[in-house]
Amino acid sequence: MSDAEHLEGIREQYDEQYGFRDPDSYVFRARKGLDAEIVGQISEMKQEPEWMRAQRLKALEIYQSKPVPTWGPDLSGLRESDIYFFVKPADQEARSWDDVPEDIKRTFDRLGIPEAEQKFLAGAGAQYDSEMVYHQVKKELEAQGVIFKSIEHGLREHEDLFREHFGKVVPATDNKYAALNAAVWSGGSFIYVPPGVQIEMPLQAYFRLNTASIGQFERTMIIVDEGAYLHYVEGCTAPTYSTDSLHSGVIEIVVKQGARSRYTTIQNWSDNVYNLVTQRAMVYGDASHEWVDANLGSKVTMKYPSVYLMEPGAHGEILSIAFAGRNQVQDAGGKAVHIAPNTTSQIISKSICKNGGRSSYRGLLKVYPKAENVKSTVVCDALLLDEISESDTYPYIEIENPFVTVGHEATVSKVGDDQVFYLQSRGLSEDEANAMVVNGFLEPLTKELPMEYSIEMNRLIQLQMEGSIG
Amino acid sequence: MGAALEIRNLHVSVEDQPILRGVNLTVQQGEVHALMGPNGSGKSTLANTIMGHPAYAITAGQLIFDGEDLLELETDERARLGLFMAFQYPVAIPGVTVANFLRNAINARMKSQDPESKGIGIPAFRKLMLDKMDLLQMDKSFGGRYLNDGFSGGEKKRAEILQMAVMEPQIAIMDETDSGLDIDALRVVSEGVNTLSGPELGVLVITHYQRILNYIKPQYVHIMLDGQIAESGGPELAVHLEEHGYDWLREKQNGNGK
Repeated sequence: MSDAEHLEGIREQYDEQYGFRDPDSYVFRARKGLDAEIVGQISEMKQEPEWMRAQRLKALEIYQSKPVPTWGPDLSGLRESDIYFFVKPADQEARSWDDVPEDIKRTFDRLGIPEAEQKFLAGAGAQYDSEMVYHQVKKELEAQGVIFKSIEHGLREHEDLFREHFGKVVPATDNKYAALNAAVWSGGSFIYVPPGVQIEMPLQAYFRLNTASIGQFERTMIIVDEGAYLHYVEGCTAPTYSTDSLHSGVIEIVVKQGARSRYTTIQNWSDNVYNLVTQRAMVYGDASHEWVDANLGSKVTMKYPSVYLMEPGAHGEILSIAFAGRNQVQDAGGKAVHIAPNTTSQIISKSICKNGGRSSYRGLLKVYPKAENVKSTVVCDALLLDEISESDTYPYIEIENPFVTVGHEATVSKVGDDQVFYLQSRGLSEDEANAMVVNGFLEPLTKELPMEYSIEMNRLIQLQMEGSIG
Repeated sequence: MGAALEIRNLHVSVEDQPILRGVNLTVQQGEVHALMGPNGSGKSTLANTIMGHPAYAITAGQLIFDGEDLLELETDERARLGLFMAFQYPVAIPGVTVANFLRNAINARMKSQDPESKGIGIPAFRKLMLDKMDLLQMDKSFGGRYLNDGFSGGEKKRAEILQMAVMEPQIAIMDETDSGLDIDALRVVSEGVNTLSGPELGVLVITHYQRILNYIKPQYVHIMLDGQIAESGGPELAVHLEEHGYDWLREKQNGNGK
C-alpha cells in the first residue's frame, strides 16, 4: 500500500469516528473577523454585567497590541479575518439530553458522551462550537454544594465567586492568546468543589467544533476548596475541513490548602485546528495539582500547562504526551514555578513523531529567591518512528535560590527494526508492532489514567499509528 | 501427516555476500531436529531467513510451510500460520507486559483466521497463560513484567519458551547459535523443548554447543558447513561430532568437491 493510500486510510478513520460534520444549525453566527463590535455583540448576547464587557474590550486592546509569537511554531497561516469568533449553537443550555437540539444530541451520542456520563462520570458538560449545550452533575454532588455549570451560568449565578477568580490565575496580559480568550471567551466550565468534598468519579467536558473556520474560546474556572478532591477531564474533536480553525482556551484553577486536583486533556482535534491554550493552576499549602495533557490531534498545538506553587508543601505534576504525525506540530511541555519554599514538582514529557511530524518539549522550571528547599525533576523522552520526523527539547531553567534539588533527563530513541521484527515474529503486523512499542513507551503515563481513558488513549494511538510506515 | 517446513536449495545473501549456498532440510510436525555447525556456517542466517528478517535476501530456492510459499509472506503472516522462532537475543519492549503482549499476539492470530473474531477473553487468556506457566514451572509474577526489560539471560529464555507454549506453533526454530550463551540458558531452552515437544510440535534447535545431547534428544541431527548441510543423520552424528570435531567433515566436503 502506498503512503498516500495509508494517509487516506487515516483520514477515513478519523472522518468516520470523529471527523463527520453536521449541517450548520446555529441560532446565531457573528460575521467573520474580530473587532470591538464583535466583542460587544458577544457580551450583549450573554447579557453580561458592564464590568465584564469592559474587561473584554480591554483584553481586545491587549490582544491587538501583542505581536504574534515567533519563538515557537509558525503561526503565520492563522488569519483572524477568516475566522468566525462566535457561533451560538442553541438558545439555551440543557440539563437533560432530551432538551439538546436533535442533531447536536446525535453528534454527542455518536461520540459516546451520554453513555460515558451514565457509566463512569460524576457529571458531564458538552460544548458545541461557541457554547455549552449541556451540563449536568449528579444530584448527590449538587446536594453537597458542588457547582458544575457552564462558565456563563457561573458568571450569572455566582458573580462574586466568579469575579474573585476570573483572570487572576491567567491574566489577559499573560500572552497574546490569553488576551484573545479574555476578549471573546465563550463556553467552558465553572466548577466549585466545597471544602472536604471528594468527587470520586471524574467530571468531564467534551468540546466539539462543527462549523468550518470557527474559533472556539472556552474559559474554564475551577476552584477546589480546602481538602477537596476533583478530577476533571476534557476531550475535543472536530470535523476535518480544508480551512483552518482556531481553538484557544484558558483554564484557571485554584487548589486551596490540602486539596488535590487533576485535570486530564485528551485532545484529538482534526489536523486543521490551531490549538493555542493557556492552562495554569495555583496550588496552595500542602495541596497538589496534576495536569495530564495528551495532545494527539491539531495542526499546531502550543500548550504548556503550568503549576504555580504558592505556599509551602504545594506539589505540582505535569504529564505531557504529544503525538505529531504528518503536517503536525506539537509544541508542548509544562512550567513549574516555585514561589514558596518546600515545594515539589515533576514534569514528565513523552513525545512521539512519525511521518515527518514535529514535536518539541518546551518547559520552564523557575525557582524564586525565597523558595528554599525545592525539589523538582524533569524527564523528557522522545520516540521517533522514522527518519523524517523531528523532535526538539527546550528546557528553560531559572533558579534564584541555591538550596534546590533539580534533576533533568532527556532521551530520544527510535523504534528499532529489531523490536518490530521481534513483535512481527509473534504474529503482530508492522503497524500493530509499532503501536505496541509506542503504547509501551507511553505506559508510565497511561497507567495513571482511569481505565476508561487509558483504553481510549490506546485506541487513539492505534488510530494514529495506522499506516505509520509507508 | 502434519505441517512441514521445507527448505529447498535455499541461497541467501547478506549485503551481497552469499551466506547460504543451497540448503535443503525438511522438518515435520512432531519431529525434533538439531542443526549444528561452527560459527559463521550460516545457522543463524537460516533461522532469520525462515522468519523473514528483511536484512536477509533470498537469491534462489524455496521455503514452504504447510504447503504455503513463505517467500510470499511477511514475517507476521508466517507467524500466524504457526511458525515460531525463539530468539537468541530477545529484544526488550519497555512498558509492554508479557501478558499484554501475549494476548495481543493470540488475538492477532485469531483475527487473521477469522476476521469476525473478537479475540480471546481476559479470563480465558489468564487461564491459558497460568496453565502454561505451571507446565513450565515458572513464577506467576512473570506475566506482569515488561517484556524482556531488565530480564537476565535465563529469564529471557524462559520468556521465549513461555511464548512458544502459549502460541502453540506447529514448527518452532530455536536459535541458540551463540557459543557464548551460558549453559543455564541452554538448559532452560532444552527443558522447554522437552516439555513442549510432542506430535503437534516440530522443533529445529540450532546450536553451537556440541554436547546438546546432554539436554535434548533429537531424532535428526544436521551439520552445517559453509552455508550448506554437510551431513545429516541420527543422534549418533552428534556423538561423532563431540568426539571428532568438524575437521573430518571439512575434509570430506573438500574431497567431494575435487
